[in-house]
Amino acid sequence: MSSITPKISVSASNFDVAAELEHLKAGRTDIGALVTFTGLCRDENGSLAALELEHYPGMAEAELQRLATSALERWPLTGLTIIHRVGRIRPGENIVLVVTASAHRRAAFEAADFLMDFLKTQAPFWKKEHPASGNEPQWVEAKSTDDTDAARWMAKDAR
Amino acid sequence: MKLLYFAWLRERVGTGEETIDLPGGVTTAKDLMLWLSQRDEGYAYAFEDPQLIRVAANQQHVSMEADISGADEVAFFPPMTGG
Repeated sequence: MSSITPKISVSASNFDVAAELEHLKAGRTDIGALVTFTGLCRDENGSLAALELEHYPGMAEAELQRLATSALERWPLTGLTIIHRVGRIRPGENIVLVVTASAHRRAAFEAADFLMDFLKTQAPFWKKEHPASGNEPQWVEAKSTDDTDAARWMAKDAR
Repeated sequence: MKLLYFAWLRERVGTGEETIDLPGGVTTAKDLMLWLSQRDEGYAYAFEDPQLIRVAANQQHVSMEADISGADEVAFFPPMTGG
């Protein structure tokens, strides 16, 4: 298991992807691969005014930490950053950032994929859509495909 | 015991947080959910579809069958939609 300390953050403020990458690799010469996943607030055909991200303070951070620990046990990562925003987020803005660093690409790609699959199904965050029409805001329903995506990793364990 | 509710569960229950004395006979998360759902219409509406309820004890996911009687904090919430 790697001895690195992941950076975990849950915050209302925006993040700067380039600055986070610089921070992660500053002074390092052992990183051969950096994979970055950025999740954005998407608007389909102008119908969304904003998303409101609710979270369970304390557990959200703890759960991201637990997911990070699982990823570090599974892949030889040399750096890891997970940032999730909360509060009101407009279309085009950042929601989530996962950065994985490793000596080689495969571990970094797989770990980022794994972290996003479990973040979506296990981390206590909830989205509410505020429509541009001014209609009543609606809670986003969980997708069964997200559970299927997370289950892929269990199937890999069983093989 | 501190109880927390999030997202539409919070809205239906009408509060995000409350403190209760756990009644006798309530041991599992499912027992607690059933007891809460009998309190009033808001709670009944919140817990009407048990398949959509997730539960955490002391900020860790647990199953509905888990013994939560010793927990300081229990939270009920819908399936998560972050990321």
